[in-house]
Amino acid sequence: MIDAAVKAAAQAESLDTLLQVRFLAKVDRIKLIRPGVEATARMCGLAPSVARDVVLAVDEACQNIILHAYKGRESGEIDLTLMRYGEGIVVELRDRAPTVDPREIQHRDLHDIKPGKLGSYFMSAIMDRLEYLAAPGGGNLLRMYKRKDGST
Amino acid sequence: MTETTGQITNRRVVHLAGEIDLEHAPQVRKVLLGAVEQGRMILVDMAEVEYIDSSGIACLIEALQEARKNSADLALITVNPQAMRVLALARLDTVFDIHDDLTSAVRA
Repeated sequence: MIDAAVKAAAQAESLDTLLQVRFLAKVDRIKLIRPGVEATARMCGLAPSVARDVVLAVDEACQNIILHAYKGRESGEIDLTLMRYGEGIVVELRDRAPTVDPREIQHRDLHDIKPGKLGSYFMSAIMDRLEYLAAPGGGNLLRMYKRKDGST
Repeated sequence: MTETTGQITNRRVVHLAGEIDLEHAPQVRKVLLGAVEQGRMILVDMAEVEYIDSSGIACLIEALQEARKNSADLALITVNPQAMRVLALARLDTVFDIHDDLTSAVRA
């Protein structure tokens, strides 16, 4: 789903959809999309190490959808769209779960060493920008940007 | 994901391999906590870990905390660059005792 902001960006510079995939919100499905995310990030001009970071960010976002949005309901679906954004990538993840308040998935203080609550930190540390949006027609839409030069 | 556990001198060595992600984290957690329960010095060999995410990192943190609670030691050995990157992102590369190889870990 491409909204007005992304359409405007598309007009400013090329925004090509390179990969679209729909998969069930099951923990054993995330590994299926990792190779595609890495290859697409490389195709968008990102260095191998940065492409691997993007894979981690997408993985963590999928985990959040599975655990916090669908709350383990495995029949839920996740739509992943990867787009070239100049020398960078735009990742969109859309679900059809009840709307999640992004404040509910805040990461823990890194100095407070304890298991869990690191996923959203990885996402924000790796990507240049994150946008949590209500998806048209219901559900949640997460858009993440990563540019080769770090700009947004 | 695969794991094997062995014993070298008085150290219990857990070899982790493959992808340590949300799918495999429960298995890794069980193995690590089991090793902590049975040993005073635990080495986690991560040379063959191809991928690790926050759920895998959570297993390592929980095992470390459990080890400290039991007055045991837990260290990581042969952490490959990919896994080290994730540890560094979480600023855990200074929290864990990390050794380049088994020899240096045994000498420590």
